Amino acid sequence: MSEHAAVGKLKQNFADAVLDVVEFRGETTITVKKEQIVEVCKFLKGELGYNFLCDLCGVDYLGKSPRFMVVYNLYNISLKDRLRIKVPVEEGDATVDTVSTIWSTANWHERECWDLMGISFNSHPDLRRILMPADWDGHPLRKDYPVQGPDREPYQGRLQ
Amino acid sequence: MAQTETMTINMGPQHPSTHGVLQLILELDGETVVKATPHIGFLHRGVEKLSEHRTYHQTIPLTDRLDYLAPMSNNLGYVLAVEKLLGIEEMIPERAKVVRVMLAELTRIKSHLVWLATHALDIGAMTVFLYCFREREAIIDIYEKISGARMTSNYFRVGGLSADLPAGITDEIRTFAEKMPAHVDEYEGLLTGNKIWQKRTIGVGTISAEDAIDIGLSGPALRASGVDWDLRRDNPYSGYEEYDFEIPVLEDGDTFARYKARLDEIRESSKIILQALAKLQDGPILADCPKVCLPPKQDVVNTIEGLIHHFKIVTEGFKAPEGEVYVGIEAPKGELGYYLVSDGSPNPYRMKIRPPSFVNLQALPQMVEGAMLADVIATIGTLDIVLGEIDR
Repeated sequence: MSEHAAVGKLKQNFADAVLDVVEFRGETTITVKKEQIVEVCKFLKGELGYNFLCDLCGVDYLGKSPRFMVVYNLYNISLKDRLRIKVPVEEGDATVDTVSTIWSTANWHERECWDLMGISFNSHPDLRRILMPADWDGHPLRKDYPVQGPDREPYQGRLQ
Repeated sequence: MAQTETMTINMGPQHPSTHGVLQLILELDGETVVKATPHIGFLHRGVEKLSEHRTYHQTIPLTDRLDYLAPMSNNLGYVLAVEKLLGIEEMIPERAKVVRVMLAELTRIKSHLVWLATHALDIGAMTVFLYCFREREAIIDIYEKISGARMTSNYFRVGGLSADLPAGITDEIRTFAEKMPAHVDEYEGLLTGNKIWQKRTIGVGTISAEDAIDIGLSGPALRASGVDWDLRRDNPYSGYEEYDFEIPVLEDGDTFARYKARLDEIRESSKIILQALAKLQDGPILADCPKVCLPPKQDVVNTIEGLIHHFKIVTEGFKAPEGEVYVGIEAPKGELGYYLVSDGSPNPYRMKIRPPSFVNLQALPQMVEGAMLADVIATIGTLDIVLGEIDR
């Protein structure tokens, strides 16, 4: 399968930033360095026309290092093309620079990512919890957060 | 000398015009909105977390409860994402694809009818509400006959459908789809030329194409701002490329334009439903993937392979290969995306839902700031939000 057009251009302009490129089921995922996410996104929006940020979320790969990935699903409205960017985030330094200056829509997505996954975003204009109550402890979508809630016994099945 | 101060008032979460449990903190200067701050999360049920502890099939009923006005669209987006993850998109039988398109469009009409009903009621047009719910009831009856439930349909399956269409239902759908455009004319007769309706909607909640893309609006709300983008045509799924339909695009970007765009969509959806009925052929409704789709009942009782497959799928589900996919579909309210990460186990490792209402609601503050308090109600209505999918 031919390489996605954005891959070559990214490698050309950000030779050190591109860590990995994966093709799966016709979708391209480019992993880039966290420090350069803002420049990469500016380039993708400004030069390559990925003007629509569909979605932004965090994924917790508990037990692996780096533990988290922040995933940006981008769309180019004129070319009708999708692209996925990921940045690895270490548990000890779970912060990423905000992209809400590039796409305003990232504001709430980043708030949600902070709320549920505990990844904070530097220079975000309004980083508050969004879905959970303001005084909530913990970040429920982390893999080490129990599904039944923090202070209940795990469900043992109805036959136990 | 008179001194003016702004006043902060609370609207919701128990307020009939917020369409669910949305809370708005409004800072007002007289009747002008200075600042609007939405607070969401009152309906958060942790759907994404729950799905990590369920098999792929057990997650389908959770998706019904996202946008509960359009359950079949949610089901469709999810099963398409799982099918892409498994790599079985090519194996979906034709009949299942056509039925999916037909029901997705029926769902679009159903969702738009509730939008119009409540939006008009908020602005003060009571009759439209009753008319819309009359037609919606007909769709709900069809839903019930097909899936057994009026709202939480849980009808699509990974690989196809849970059951074939009941006898006689196609005639009922055809009658409905043929009558629907005339009903839309009826609503237009009540609203479009109505001076009060025009005053309440024209120039209200205006957003430019550039701002709309920046804030992430999608669906009819974006097309009413002049952006010609519809996933059914531009990234077709489930065989949409074989249907002939127009995509209404308007330029004004105000509440009236969004109203026109959605009404035109209902007309187009009726056309698609009739085309789907014409295409509908007899045939299998589930893909021939014994590791993923439940076998027919006669195989379960008569063959050992059928019994084993049935047992395996029911007890432990099927495993998806390691990888990640994102599938976006054109739901009634905009782009509904499912981002699935698989680690090779029978449960989704991570499921992120991109609900269109969540993103569309984000545009509310910039659409109402500087406007009158009464326009906030019109703008919430025109964004067509459902808190079930915003809060998940």
